[in-house]
Amino acid sequence: MIMTTVEAVPDKKIVAHFGIVTGSTVRSKHFGRDIFAGLKNIIGGELKGYTELMEETRDEATERMVAQATKLGANAIIGVRYATSDVAPGAAEVFAYGTAVKVE
Amino acid sequence: MEAVVQLIVFAILLIIGFFFGSNREKKHFKSILERQKKYAHIATRTDKIRDVSPYTEAMLVSGSVVIASDYFKNFLASIKNIFGGRLNSYESLMDRGRRESMIRMKEAAIKWGADEILEVRIESSALDAIGIEMLAYGTAVKRRK
Repeated sequence: MIMTTVEAVPDKKIVAHFGIVTGSTVRSKHFGRDIFAGLKNIIGGELKGYTELMEETRDEATERMVAQATKLGANAIIGVRYATSDVAPGAAEVFAYGTAVKVE
Repeated sequence: MEAVVQLIVFAILLIIGFFFGSNREKKHFKSILERQKKYAHIATRTDKIRDVSPYTEAMLVSGSVVIASDYFKNFLASIKNIFGGRLNSYESLMDRGRRESMIRMKEAAIKWGADEILEVRIESSALDAIGIEMLAYGTAVKRRK
C-alpha cells in the first residue's frame, strides 16, 4: 500500500477512486507507562514511554485505514491526514483518513 | 510540623525542577541545532503539490514526541496564569517539541533514502495531565535522476 499526503502518486496513474477511508483507535494512556512519567514531570523532557505508545496507536489507526482500503480493492491512499484528540481524561484517540485509489 | 515538611518537599522539587529542567532543555536545544544542520539538505515543503512528475517514489513518513514541562516551570506558569500574558516557559517547550518531531520525521525519510519531503503537516495535541504530543508527517519522495 502506497500512502502519500499529496494528491497524487509519483510515477503512477490513478485509474480508480474509492472515496474516503478511515481508521481510528482509542487507547488508554495509563497502561504501565506512568511509572516514570511522574518523575519526568519534575525534571521535564521527553516521555519516551508515551512517545512509543502514541506511535503504536498511530500505527494501529493506519493499519485499520489500510485494511479498509484493501477491502475496497485499492492499492494506494492519497491525501492522508492524522488527527489526535483527547476523548476523556486518560484516553486519546488517533484518527487517520485519506482517499483510497487504484494506481497502475 | 506537617506543613513544614510539605514546604521542604515543595522547595526541593522546585530546585530539582529548576536545575535539571533547564540543564536538560539547554542540552536538548543544542542537540536540536546540531541535527537540524546535519539534515538541512533534505528540503521540506508545506505547499500543495499538483505536479509530481519530478519524483519517482513516495512514502509516508512521520516523527513524533511526547514532551513535558518541569516542576519549576509549571509552578512559574501557574503564578503567571493569575495575571495573564505570555508564558515564555511553555513557548520554549512547544518550540523544542515541534522541532524534535520535525527532526525525527527527517531521520525516517533519510533512512528510506529520500531527497525531499512534500506537504508536511505539523500538529500538536495536549495529553491531559501528561504532556504535549507533537507530530510531523509528510510525503518523502525520491527525485528523478
